[in-house]
Amino acid sequence: MNFAVLQFPASNCDQDSVHAARVLGHSSRLVWHKETSLGDADAVVIPGGFSYGDYLRTGAIARFSPVMQAVRNFADNGGLVLGLCNGFQILCEAGMLPGALIRNRDLQFHCEHVLLKTNSFETPFTNAIPRDKVLKIPIAHGEGCYFADEATLETLKANRRILWQYCDVQGNLTDAANPNGSLLNIAGISNERGNVAGLMPHPERACESILGSDDGQWIFKSIATVLSNRTR
Amino acid sequence: MKAKIIVTPKKAVVDPQGKTIQNALEHMGYRGVKAVHVGKYLEVELDGGDKESARKSLDEACHKFLSNPVIEDYKLEIAD
Repeated sequence: MNFAVLQFPASNCDQDSVHAARVLGHSSRLVWHKETSLGDADAVVIPGGFSYGDYLRTGAIARFSPVMQAVRNFADNGGLVLGLCNGFQILCEAGMLPGALIRNRDLQFHCEHVLLKTNSFETPFTNAIPRDKVLKIPIAHGEGCYFADEATLETLKANRRILWQYCDVQGNLTDAANPNGSLLNIAGISNERGNVAGLMPHPERACESILGSDDGQWIFKSIATVLSNRTR
Repeated sequence: MKAKIIVTPKKAVVDPQGKTIQNALEHMGYRGVKAVHVGKYLEVELDGGDKESARKSLDEACHKFLSNPVIEDYKLEIAD
């Protein structure tokens, strides 16, 4: 599968994302934010970092980059788009995912492994994740607190669009397990159609066990599974 | 012409910066501080022209870009 990894000024997880895809046997390439075409991409990854220095608000400027129109068209045609950390922030600013990411409640930058409970296994991003497996994936963010109004949260819950939540080792959604104050311990969500997802943790930094966990591979494998089913 | 824009977090949004500053003010001995909210102030200098159409464009810019309506409110003022 071909992964297109976007690259904005000050993205810093773009190389990691390209590497993760290749380690899992896929091809991947960087797409500079000024490009207006995604080429023959089968899936798009919007990587982590501090695009545009997080000026104004995280992701607020990147969402207007020329490449984002191509991403929007790709998503409108059913293409799979995965936003990681700053990528999640950019998707929210672009209105491709609801809600917003704000400053961590304790005002600290959190750089640590977290545990994630997967809520829905019928999505392109979660279908290959072993049931009952708590994913160990690192986070590295200062503005990862997910916020949305009550109505939005109800919609996300009702439509099973909260894909991942911060949990403890038993899979319980506790306050202690929540590193940033996200409402409902939300770590990642999908759009209504189910083809666009965003999460604050970094699965691309957890695809090789030497990095402390290789649980991130399940998310990329889920995407690859759906894509290979489509081409059959 | 100069536009003055104040962007503040919506009341429903947790404002840990505001809370931290409030605590610090209390520790410093300032009494009676009910709440602190931290926002952003932007100044946009404009070429001369029609004040009303400037306000209309900037209002759109505030809504679409300079603030995030999910988490922020804004106040726009145009001065000569």
